[in-house]
Amino acid sequence: MSTPTHLTKTITDPEEAMTHSIQTPVLDRSPERRGPAEPRPRTRASLVSQAKELFTGLGPGIIVPLVLMLGLVAAAAIPAALAPSGPLDMNPAEAFTAPGTAHWFGTDESGRDVFSRVIHGARSSLLIGVLATVIGLGTAVVLGALAGLGTRAVDFGVSRFLEVLFAFPGLLLALLVITILGPGVVTTTIAVGLSAAPGYARMIRSQVLSVRRSGYVEASIVQGKSRAFIVRHHILPNVAAPLFVLATLGVGQAIVWASSLSFLGLGATPPDPEWGSMLSLGRLYIGNAWWLTFFPGLFIVLSAATTTLLGHGIQRKLKDK
Amino acid sequence: MSLDTDNRTTSHSIAAPATRDTEARARLKTVLRLTGFRILGAAGVLWAVATLAFFAMRLVPGDPVDALLGGPGNNATEEVRQATRELNGLDRPLLVQYGSYLGKLVTGDLGDSYQLREPVAQVLGEQLGNTLVLAVLALATAWVLALALALWSARGGKVATLVGNLLEVVSAAVPHFWLGSLLILVFSVSLQWLPATSGAPGIEGLILPVLTLAIPLAGFLGQVMRESMLTAMNSPFAISSRARGESEASLSLRHALRHAALPGIGLSGWAMGSLISGAVVVETVFARPGIGRTLLQSVLVRDVPVVLGVVVLVAAIYIIVTLLSDLAERWADPRLRAA
Repeated sequence: MSTPTHLTKTITDPEEAMTHSIQTPVLDRSPERRGPAEPRPRTRASLVSQAKELFTGLGPGIIVPLVLMLGLVAAAAIPAALAPSGPLDMNPAEAFTAPGTAHWFGTDESGRDVFSRVIHGARSSLLIGVLATVIGLGTAVVLGALAGLGTRAVDFGVSRFLEVLFAFPGLLLALLVITILGPGVVTTTIAVGLSAAPGYARMIRSQVLSVRRSGYVEASIVQGKSRAFIVRHHILPNVAAPLFVLATLGVGQAIVWASSLSFLGLGATPPDPEWGSMLSLGRLYIGNAWWLTFFPGLFIVLSAATTTLLGHGIQRKLKDK
Repeated sequence: MSLDTDNRTTSHSIAAPATRDTEARARLKTVLRLTGFRILGAAGVLWAVATLAFFAMRLVPGDPVDALLGGPGNNATEEVRQATRELNGLDRPLLVQYGSYLGKLVTGDLGDSYQLREPVAQVLGEQLGNTLVLAVLALATAWVLALALALWSARGGKVATLVGNLLEVVSAAVPHFWLGSLLILVFSVSLQWLPATSGAPGIEGLILPVLTLAIPLAGFLGQVMRESMLTAMNSPFAISSRARGESEASLSLRHALRHAALPGIGLSGWAMGSLISGAVVVETVFARPGIGRTLLQSVLVRDVPVVLGVVVLVAAIYIIVTLLSDLAERWADPRLRAA
């Protein structure tokens, strides 16, 4: 009655560890723990109740980040409607106003409303996060699929290449890319995307390999199905869901990294309302205006936490199915 | 301390001394061979890193001669440019340059900085200690925090689950520069307990930067350790220990803790890499000298030899720590040795 696979599971790399830890079902949310289902009313309101059911069915693990995410997307889409003033509107008379009813998040050294700037900053942060993830995942899908579907020699080559890239940890690869491409918003996006790619590629490779070795793929091979058929009908659908989770998690990470690069002065340039560079400037006045440091950072954390929670929520949902 | 799943120890003690000897020798041989392979592999990766970085740096736009002569705006004559080129070996074919770069690298010569006019090895030698102190202290702090968190939250219950979920968020979503700034706000600006900068020697200046680096890492390690510990607490050996009447506290301290520590050991190489990369930000936040800040300044002015030097140095540290953590994991976990 030994469970060898269970016991010998030792986590050796962070990516695997991350997915491993994420995939644990949270006991509190298992269906049998939930209270008895309410009797369904048979009135006209069935549409409402259906929506309600869908809502509760998703669970708070998805609903809360989803609502936050909608708020951020709204800020990114229609900042002018949400923010009381423009991101660059100066009012020197009101410089360094503390947070209050007039200025929720206070004002900066030029009297610009921090709340408005933070709201206007959502667009660039989300855009950079999404684009960097697209770049990273795009590169990773190519590399991961090559390694996972290719011959043994191709797999070996790609895996060694990834191993070399892993020796440039974290921001280092991004800094290397920026040295070549020069600082700026576009290059930051590319740099963040490329530096996230090796991690994704390794996960995609192992996912593809595990699907490839599964029983149903073997059965299809025996049935004489073509390679293209197997890739389309078995491998893609099974890799797509984890890929979606990865993308959601990746956006948050990319936002954090891109804002770090902006903070270091390599991304967005100061007058633009970018969270990282706002914080970097705000730190000059950390002794007398804490809000210049606090609020831009809070929004970075909020948006990254939102996508992380959403990604984990979706992952648990998929796992439950 | 014997690992609970390893029941070979008993059979060994019964075996005749002669058999034990040959067996031990055979095992030592396997370990040495495996270690040798791993060292060779690590050297190969290091070579590949140096090569990749070298050729990547050739993609940096602009003539390196301009950088050597003080920026693109210089008005040096063509003769001076040509002389500079020859002096720095830039007129030779790329492969010859690559060969001499590798040859120098083996002897620890990383070339001269464009900006500082000093050997890169000397510049980095002065700064490396600062960064390593920071990174090693942060790693140790993160370990202690993560183990404590794992031990506490593995008991289960609503609060522990909540904390576990919170850890995910903290480790993934809180950027170093914000955390560091908040610590400065609280401990330097409001309470005035600790200095906001970390330039001067002394332990006070180290506390905040170390915490800034350690907290997100502890969040991540804590998650992994908690996971591994929960698995151990539900495995057959734990059930049999409970059946023998062992208390939960003793079970978690005597047995599960070791399981919790294992992924932490295995992840140390990765953690060290991410700490040094985090040092770029943290050293900037706390105005602390180190290779992170040196790297940032070199990236801004495109001081190619320094960037190349830092990248190769950090990669070497990463590769060595990964190698050591692999070997340490093998040593700490007998199940990995069986193969």
